[in-house]
Amino acid sequence: MQTPVVYHKRQLGIRGRAIATTVITYVLLLGLSISFVLPFLWMVSTSLKLSQDVFTYPPSFFPNSFEWTNYPKGWRVLPFNTFLVNSLIVTLSNVAGNVLSCSLVAFGFARLQGRGRNFLFLLLLATLMIPREVTIIPRFLMFSAAGLTNTLWPLVLPAWFGYAFFIFLLRQFFMGIPIDLDHSARIDGANNWQILTQIILPLSQPALASVAIFAFIGNWSNLLDPLIYLRSTELYTLALGLNLFRGQNFTQFNLLMAVSIITLIPVLLMFFFSQKLFVQGVSLTGMGGR
Amino acid sequence: MTNAQPTPIPTPPNGKPKIGGMARKEERSFYLFILPWIIGFLLFDAGAIIASFGISFTNWSALSAPAYVGTLNYSRLIADQVFYKAMGNSLYYGLGSVGLGTIVSFLLALLLNQNVWGMSLFRTIFYLPSVVSGIAVAILWIMILHQDFGLINSFLAWFGIKGPGWLVQPQWAMPSLILMSLWSAGGSMVIYLAGLQSVPTHLYEAAEIDGADTFQKFWTVTVPMMSPVILYNLIVGFIASIQGFVTVYVMTNGGPANATLVYGLYIYRTAFINFQMGYASALAWVLLVVIILITVVQFIVARYWVYYEGDLKS
Repeated sequence: MQTPVVYHKRQLGIRGRAIATTVITYVLLLGLSISFVLPFLWMVSTSLKLSQDVFTYPPSFFPNSFEWTNYPKGWRVLPFNTFLVNSLIVTLSNVAGNVLSCSLVAFGFARLQGRGRNFLFLLLLATLMIPREVTIIPRFLMFSAAGLTNTLWPLVLPAWFGYAFFIFLLRQFFMGIPIDLDHSARIDGANNWQILTQIILPLSQPALASVAIFAFIGNWSNLLDPLIYLRSTELYTLALGLNLFRGQNFTQFNLLMAVSIITLIPVLLMFFFSQKLFVQGVSLTGMGGR
Repeated sequence: MTNAQPTPIPTPPNGKPKIGGMARKEERSFYLFILPWIIGFLLFDAGAIIASFGISFTNWSALSAPAYVGTLNYSRLIADQVFYKAMGNSLYYGLGSVGLGTIVSFLLALLLNQNVWGMSLFRTIFYLPSVVSGIAVAILWIMILHQDFGLINSFLAWFGIKGPGWLVQPQWAMPSLILMSLWSAGGSMVIYLAGLQSVPTHLYEAAEIDGADTFQKFWTVTVPMMSPVILYNLIVGFIASIQGFVTVYVMTNGGPANATLVYGLYIYRTAFINFQMGYASALAWVLLVVIILITVVQFIVARYWVYYEGDLKS
């Protein structure tokens, strides 16, 4: 008689606790979500305010009027069209260089045997740990000796020699493709190049897209290299142009925010259209981009 | 022992003369395919590191010829108060942002791992800030942290709290940057979430049969199973944060009173504002050694808390 009652009570307790846990989870998730989203909303709100409304106390979260003209106005303060073209040149050549060179190297590590392969692969991974500060000075001096400072070349060339994180990502993906496909292609007389371009790469589109997206975003927002190598304003990238804008018009936060938002649009679009690839790239390597 | 020496399939591929030719051919292709990386490695990584070491023994403005000065740069470094300040600031930032970042991103991952409704929407919201980075976000946060017109202080004002001058008061500047770094915790959250989802459920079932409650399951199953991922994130996160430079450059430029002068910024100034390539290279080499030491220590300490499952594939 007693046992079922106790059991019944205990079950209710468990269910009650489960409901409490769910409620707490959602409250936490909602609260955290709001605090993660608010900066974005604040950014948009500021970009639409009149100059005098940016600095009111207490600040209002909603703009009094929607000043959409802040966007073209901010864009015209500096030659942002030129900066945009430069950014596109740098970013797209980095994407192309990384996809091509990293595919080749990853294929070598994933599919071909050679003495020292494991050692070289460890060496490759170890380069991920080298602080940028150690290599940036010799790199600068090297490009300087080659007369390439104040050109876009130093921002574009290194991508054509592979990047350890992308090589690792692609190699992990290539290794998941059944090697039997290579064997049967080889029997049909295919060489390594054909196996890579006609079998491996077509099957690796998600991984290649991940690399392209990571390379795009990393280079799009890169400030350090443009800062070091570029002197002439007509060579500036968007990130560097934004930095110049910030230095000159520090109080015009509405215009600064408007231009900042424009520079973020490609990244945001890319993120929303390819979120799955991001997550795949992360779970494939256990690493999160740059 | 009694088996004939030339067994048909030896483990090393170049064990047999007949396969040897093919293996040599394959080896040539291997080196051909990885050639871009080898050139890049020799030029931009290994070559650069060695060159950097050489340059650290010179006085070089990059405009005139370098002059050999022996260990002068290193003795200057030992006496340089700003060097200690910058190193301390970077360690402060690294420990703060990686420590708090790990806790926050792990908690976010735990929350999302409970099969909540709208999980992918929440994941997007938490992940998005880590994707946008760089100067646009830095400018946004200058605005958010503004003493009088910022988002945070107006929020605090609701409760009658007068918020500090986040970026202008020396004692608050670094905590502000650490707080801001938490906004990007979603990047490692995704990694933790993937890890949590791959913990075998039979381990939790076994723990339940043994009468473990939620907390015990967390400490005896979740944490040990996740510990390699956490270790990886700690190492990579620390290396990344100790090099962090752009955010600080844009937001405070090292100020106020050098409170946020991080190591990367100090190297940048020394090399590219003051054109002291020799001294900057010495600073960079010390950073390399410090990073290696910290990583080694992390691996040694990891022996006591990281659990590797027998033959788990990495």
